Amino acid sequence: MIGVISYLIFFVTVASILSIAVLGLNLQWGNTGLFNGGVAAFIGAGAYGLVILGGTAQPDHLGGYGLFYPLALLGGMIVAGILAWLVGILTMRLRHDYLAIATFGVAVAFENFMRNSDKISGGAKGIRGFERPFEAFIGDPFYFSIGFFIFAMTMLVLVYIFLEKLIRSPFGRLLRAIREDETAAQSLGKNPGSIRLKAFVAGSMIMGLAGGLYATFYAFISPQDILPTLTFQIWAMLIVGGAGNNKGAIAGAFLIWGVWTLSGWGLSRFAPLEAQLYAGTIQYILIGVIIVGMLLWRPQGLFPEKLVVSQTGDRAQS
Amino acid sequence: MIQHLLDGILVGSILSMGAIGLTMVMHMLRFANFSHAELLSIGAYAALVFDGLFSAILPALATSIGPLSLTWALFLSIFIAMGLTGLSAVLIDMLVFKRIRENGHELSMVFASFGMALIVRNLISLGFGLKTRLYTEDIVFAVRLSDDPLILVKPDQVFVLICALFFMAVLHFVLSRTTFGYTLRAVAENPTLAQVTGIRLSTVIVITWIIGGALAAAAGVFYGLNNQINPVIGRDLVLPIFAATIVGGIGSIYGAVLGGFIVGIAANMALVILPSGYSPAVPFLIILAVLLVRPNGLFGEERT
Amino acid sequence: MLDIVLKTENIVAGYVKGLPILHNISVSLPRASISVIIGPNGAGKSTLIKAIAGIVPVSSGNIFCGNKCITGMRPDQMGGVGIAYVPQTDNIFRTLTIGQNLDLVLRHAGVEAVERRQVLFEQFPPLSDKRNEKAGALSGGQRQMLAVAMALAVKPEIIMMDEPSAGLSPKAAGEVLQLVRDLADGGASILLVEQNVNQALQFADHCYILAEGQHQIDGKANDLINDPVIGQIYIGGKRMGAA
Ligand SMILES: Nc1ncnc2c1ncn2[C@@H]1O[C@H](COP(=O)(O)OP(=O)(O)OP(=O)(O)O)[C@@H](O)[C@H]1O
Ligand SMILES: [Mg+2]
Repeated sequence: MIGVISYLIFFVTVASILSIAVLGLNLQWGNTGLFNGGVAAFIGAGAYGLVILGGTAQPDHLGGYGLFYPLALLGGMIVAGILAWLVGILTMRLRHDYLAIATFGVAVAFENFMRNSDKISGGAKGIRGFERPFEAFIGDPFYFSIGFFIFAMTMLVLVYIFLEKLIRSPFGRLLRAIREDETAAQSLGKNPGSIRLKAFVAGSMIMGLAGGLYATFYAFISPQDILPTLTFQIWAMLIVGGAGNNKGAIAGAFLIWGVWTLSGWGLSRFAPLEAQLYAGTIQYILIGVIIVGMLLWRPQGLFPEKLVVSQTGDRAQS
Repeated sequence: MIQHLLDGILVGSILSMGAIGLTMVMHMLRFANFSHAELLSIGAYAALVFDGLFSAILPALATSIGPLSLTWALFLSIFIAMGLTGLSAVLIDMLVFKRIRENGHELSMVFASFGMALIVRNLISLGFGLKTRLYTEDIVFAVRLSDDPLILVKPDQVFVLICALFFMAVLHFVLSRTTFGYTLRAVAENPTLAQVTGIRLSTVIVITWIIGGALAAAAGVFYGLNNQINPVIGRDLVLPIFAATIVGGIGSIYGAVLGGFIVGIAANMALVILPSGYSPAVPFLIILAVLLVRPNGLFGEERT
Repeated sequence: MLDIVLKTENIVAGYVKGLPILHNISVSLPRASISVIIGPNGAGKSTLIKAIAGIVPVSSGNIFCGNKCITGMRPDQMGGVGIAYVPQTDNIFRTLTIGQNLDLVLRHAGVEAVERRQVLFEQFPPLSDKRNEKAGALSGGQRQMLAVAMALAVKPEIIMMDEPSAGLSPKAAGEVLQLVRDLADGGASILLVEQNVNQALQFADHCYILAEGQHQIDGKANDLINDPVIGQIYIGGKRMGAA
């Protein structure tokens, strides 16, 4: 019984963390129409930022500043934000493919850099031994996992409320206006480039937060956790959930994470031994099929955007 | 140094062939196709299969050509792989991209290509295994061109470079001298006017995929010949190929050729100052540099 | 009874679904004659021609070429029924040379291609001199010339031209209009959009006036030259209002 409960707690904790990343992506794509192909890098920036800033001293590489946990978490988000700002400033004014390619490049380069720069990131073996706040104080790992579960859920709720407020604010309306019709927004005297950049940076910082929580949860981060393919998984969650709708984004995250763990479990349990080696391969095919299948047969996602502000929507009503 | 330059030219010729198809598709269908590099994998594996088949049916074909490690069987397989990969590209378009295009979700094409990349790459892993393969186990010794500085060149590398240049020359001839080439350029420049002059767009799109797929297949075989064949060829080459198209300017075929060489040479020359582990990140630095200095690339036009 | 080679019957067409630009437009083009469409800027003149050419979707009504219904036909099939179209802008391929532009449209002409190309070069000497230059390097007038040459290359029975004389010097514009007249006298049927109302009415056979996507008036060009309504539309319309 306790095994089932602790598994459920694990499942929901990770799903909540992933949901936060998907919400960040939804701000960028669903609400602003920005294509981020490098989600993994921004999650990674938050994770590495946190562990380096807030971790204990490490013998042979950077970090171990032991910063107060919330500050370290914020630090990770800022690292993600700076990374996003750098890429964004170069690509915001170009057609959307450039942003997709450049951000994908960030993810490849970030992972590559973390894998190779032993001095900064511990290289391929990553950074271990992050001291989780209150862990020593609580002592019992089960109670700690419940505590962290509550913390992750709280963060998810906070991010959700923040985003819901944001998209209903004038700024949020502006974002959607730009997504629908860039020239019209421009003619209102707004600078679409800088507004999109803000949304891009904000979304990436939310991904950074997810990364920080992820690294806290596992007390460990390595390049293996932030492979560029992670981006595809996060995208699958958003597409399944339905871009533009925050509740859908969260549902998509839970659903895909469920499919992922379930398929992993099923394969390890029922697949013949030779196929075990290919469990990851089969799971990735599944993710690919889900992405393509959704786009072909249900492009609006399972939980489509309700808030209709698009021009075509207006016209259809009139 | 010179060795790095030579290696860079070789890699560059492979990237150029990959980038030509990608830039054509990106320009015509207006989406960044993250699954284009998987066509290189399809080509490399298709050639592996037919190489094995030909050698088994006609053992005489399994002898290598002159000083090369390349056998006649593999040589023939290159062309079969080119055809099959072109057809695969058309098939993928018909099954996925075309339908999404027609539903009016143009922006979704990029995710669809994410999904297709995952599917193709992992299906190949599933079918052929994760381990690396080689076209031949024979070791061909490099020829020493000079002792100081030490410069080594393998006969296969010379063959690859000549073949790549040959394919590019054929493409150049077609584009600059034949009415068929003019139709391709016309569609690239102004699809609506092209239609008005009687060109059927869907036909040209199919032809573009065939050309892109065929060149990608040749690039994949050459990459496999020069390095090794594994299911992650696409994953490793997608960024350098994108970098080549951005350097050249999206839509410019000649830009893609030049961009391929620039990226190949730069990535190899970077190894003079950087540890080799960092080489996968170099294309990204090149992309950043181009976006900073000349966002539309060397030959690209401003298009929003 | 006039021999009508092209006609539209109550067509409704627009760029965005549910947002028609043209409302119930009917025009007909008699054989071997010039019909001109005039109207203020934004009236929908280009849209009408594009709808006939298959570029803008037609949501209701029909288009006939002779007895054949060509509604919804793809633009690339128009050559097959003998219709050529010279767009208002972007009507040549800038990245191809002049010779290549012509070779492109002559690609199905087979052995005749060389000869026809030569005829066109004789007809338009300035193009001949620059045949190996990129078309993007031509002057505005020379571009129009090339665009017209490309349309003529396929020997169409029906030619639709969208403001072929726009941006030309009065002399060059006069030459273009003279060429149009010669073509019509030679048996071609021509649907023309013109801005220069007086000039257009003087040499056209038939005239349609369009404003705000509606059909305003039509009649024999000669009759309309002195019609006060035309003056009203133009003075009261967007054309003057915008100036
Ligand atoms: N590509 C397009 N997409 C959407 N609307 C368009 C497009 N082209 C034209 N329109 C709209 O259609 C209407 C008619 O335009 P059209 O080009 O047919 O006018 P026109 O009579 O040819 O004017 P002009 O004399 O300026 O050439 C205009 O209101 C214009 O804004
Ligand atoms: Mg017009």
